[in-house]
Amino acid sequence: MTVTDAPLELTSGDEPPRRTLGVFARPTASTGWRSWFTSVDHKKIGVMYGATALFFFIIGGVEALLIRAQLWAPRGTLLNADQYNQVFTMHGTTMIFLVVMPIGAAFANYLMPLQIGARDVAFPRINAFSFWAFLAGGIFLNSSWFLGGGADGGWFMYAPNSTVTFSPSNGIDFWNIGLLITGIASLTGAVNLIVTVLNMRAPGMTLMKMPVFTWMTLVSQFLLLFAIPVLTSAQFLLLFDRNFDAAFFDVAKGGQPLLWEHLFWIFGHPEVYLMILPAFGLVSDILPVFSRKPIFGYTFIVFSGVAIGFMGWGVWAHHMFVSGIGPVSVLVFSLATMFIAVPTGVKILNWTATMVGGKIKLTAPMLFCIGLITMFTIGGLSGVTHSVAPADTQQTDTYYIVAHFHYVLFGGAFFGFMAGFYFYWPKVFGYLLNEKLGKANFWLMFVGFNLTFGPMHVLGLQGMSRRIYTYDAGYGFEFWNRLATIGAFLLASSIALFIFNIFYSKSKAKNLPNPGPDPWDARTIEWMIPSPTPVYNFDPVPTVERLDDFWYRKYGETEDGRLVRIASTEEVTQSAEGEHNVHLPSPSYWPLVAAIGLPIIGWGLIFTWWLCLIGGLLTAGALYAWALEPPDDPEAGHDHHPHEGSAPEGEVAVSDAETDEAGADREVETVG
Amino acid sequence: MFDPEVGKGVEAFHPTHDTNTGISNTKLAMWLFLGSECLLFGGLITTYLVYKYPLPGQGPGPQDVFDIPFTSASSFVLLMSSLTMVLAVSAIERGDHHRLRAWLVATALLGSAFVAGQVYEFTAFYNEGLGFTTSRFSSAFYGLTGFHGVHVTVGIIMLVSMLLLSLRGKLPEHKAESVEIVGLYWHFVDLVWILIFAVVYLIP
Repeated sequence: MTVTDAPLELTSGDEPPRRTLGVFARPTASTGWRSWFTSVDHKKIGVMYGATALFFFIIGGVEALLIRAQLWAPRGTLLNADQYNQVFTMHGTTMIFLVVMPIGAAFANYLMPLQIGARDVAFPRINAFSFWAFLAGGIFLNSSWFLGGGADGGWFMYAPNSTVTFSPSNGIDFWNIGLLITGIASLTGAVNLIVTVLNMRAPGMTLMKMPVFTWMTLVSQFLLLFAIPVLTSAQFLLLFDRNFDAAFFDVAKGGQPLLWEHLFWIFGHPEVYLMILPAFGLVSDILPVFSRKPIFGYTFIVFSGVAIGFMGWGVWAHHMFVSGIGPVSVLVFSLATMFIAVPTGVKILNWTATMVGGKIKLTAPMLFCIGLITMFTIGGLSGVTHSVAPADTQQTDTYYIVAHFHYVLFGGAFFGFMAGFYFYWPKVFGYLLNEKLGKANFWLMFVGFNLTFGPMHVLGLQGMSRRIYTYDAGYGFEFWNRLATIGAFLLASSIALFIFNIFYSKSKAKNLPNPGPDPWDARTIEWMIPSPTPVYNFDPVPTVERLDDFWYRKYGETEDGRLVRIASTEEVTQSAEGEHNVHLPSPSYWPLVAAIGLPIIGWGLIFTWWLCLIGGLLTAGALYAWALEPPDDPEAGHDHHPHEGSAPEGEVAVSDAETDEAGADREVETVG
Repeated sequence: MFDPEVGKGVEAFHPTHDTNTGISNTKLAMWLFLGSECLLFGGLITTYLVYKYPLPGQGPGPQDVFDIPFTSASSFVLLMSSLTMVLAVSAIERGDHHRLRAWLVATALLGSAFVAGQVYEFTAFYNEGLGFTTSRFSSAFYGLTGFHGVHVTVGIIMLVSMLLLSLRGKLPEHKAESVEIVGLYWHFVDLVWILIFAVVYLIP
């Protein structure tokens, strides 16, 4: 390939600038509402993931409050049995697939490229597609409320309860196809993020110099990559059973409901770990900042995360101890479940040891981190009790299980995410959240959480079944249920306080100076860049020499091991001032269009065939238009700095030549 | 690729150059996707193994319908398409665009012959009384092999897309890797068929 002397001519000669398929002009907006729909910027996509997940969190939370209000007193009449089934199924599905997983994706999208010093993810448009497909799947799933009622089989949708015979409404079809769509989103996201971590690290950043959050993102995305297709295959069987009369779970034709359980939990258990690992990563990066000590045993933290990733594949049948899988299987999965507690315990030990002897600052993010460590320890311990098969046989399908997984998923994952919100808010939005409200937020959430889910341990041990819409007086359930319901409303008010804090702090921030690149005196390189993050991330891209590179640019050690400041923060951080001629991938409509086709196919599968055709043509057409559209618009200006004018003429021309090469190189990357 | 002096002062977004692993992003992405596909077929193959035989009296079983010589022939056709795929990749790497197109056409035709064979086979089985909903065996059989057939069809669409790009002059040598990546997918689909053929047809 040659570089031409006349820069404005196209070097490769095979890519004339044009409207792709003559439908849309290439979008150019970088601000305003339009920019969000066409953005391929990992930061905007990360923010959209977070905002969408919080929106679904409110929906799932309202469903939770309905459940708790129904159980306030014996013989509750707020919901009937059918409505209750729909509400708890949709609560579980929403919280897992539309809240916890996407918040993990939000942090992964926003932070991971910053932590490794990358400009963007490997495939910016696929990244946008992942988000839109997730949103499309979420909307499709929730559209069931208006089109005949939600799914009612519980979030793990056991066969044969999920067949048309036992669930004749379309709810389970919405569940099934909705999760197939979010599965596509997760799969494309996983491929994208893994390639980014493996291929796009800044100079000098070897794998063992990566921040723990990036490591945990890598592990959890690998889990997603291999777990999602197993669920997809199970969901295909269910789809064919429900919509095309196949015999996969038809007991009369020899279909085996146990097959669904195995396939589901082979997905479902790695799923549990891929939900918790991003939160573990966040905590591992936040604790050292507020303990002013390096993380204790970095390699142990990393490899215990990897070990969880591997062992997570060998414990699925502990969800099935009462399914009659035989004594050998029970024994093997019991032992494996006991062993998987070891790497988790290693992490808890390391976090505790990180704090021991440190100068601890109890800020709001730190409080949430400590909340995660304590609450997850309780949840982990009740988890180990499940590995004891005889005890588990008693506890299966009681509130004890409900208590356990809320302690690990809310007390674990969500507390970690809250820590992440408070910690990274200034980096993302350019203002700090109010500390006093933050601390109040923590304590309200902590008390509400324990009041909601603590009593469920007792209820479960007393024998109260989960998923039963009402209970009789006189079994000793009244008091604990009442406590749990009060706790649930406290928990909801803590979320309301968080949302209030966002707007309150934003309005106060107008009169405050920018928090600067490094408000927490932090350790990892994402704090080197201005807050909020500029579109181009780093300029220049730093060369990384060690773990916690940013910290060691600020601090050195004396001979007797005392910490001394060697550079001021201003000296080692980057400035937003001046010219930043960084060329970024251009926005595109096609990921959005391709994602819009997916739920239309879904509605078509449920209602009328011709909708499938429209949706299919939309998605297929968008994929082709996308593949033929160069990732970088040859006509775009190349100064994407929001505060600056366009670059000098010569530079634009030069980079045009270059862009076309880059575009040509990657033109057909997404044909598959 | 380009003179580094030319781009001076402009930091370009060039993810395909100089990756940490030395493997380009697109190729690594295809490998990861294929890893994921293994689990997808794993789930379906497991399902088939569980449902290998219908309950007594519920339609024909595998030994009643399978025509092993016929399927062996169509399997051979599919395997040969891997050879032509390799030749296509080798042609574009040498800059031989005519041979590239010829081998792409050959690969797509061999793949189509395989799919046509599958359609013929399905029709024959259906006429012998093995419908999709007949028994657990029929659901699992059509589910697994049909799923594979869809994968082959997607592969053919990719090959034809490559051919059209090449005919329109949009597939120069420096994009040889696109053909190679399509080839990765194609070889994977072939490999999976070897496994399916052995598990479904050959192992009693």
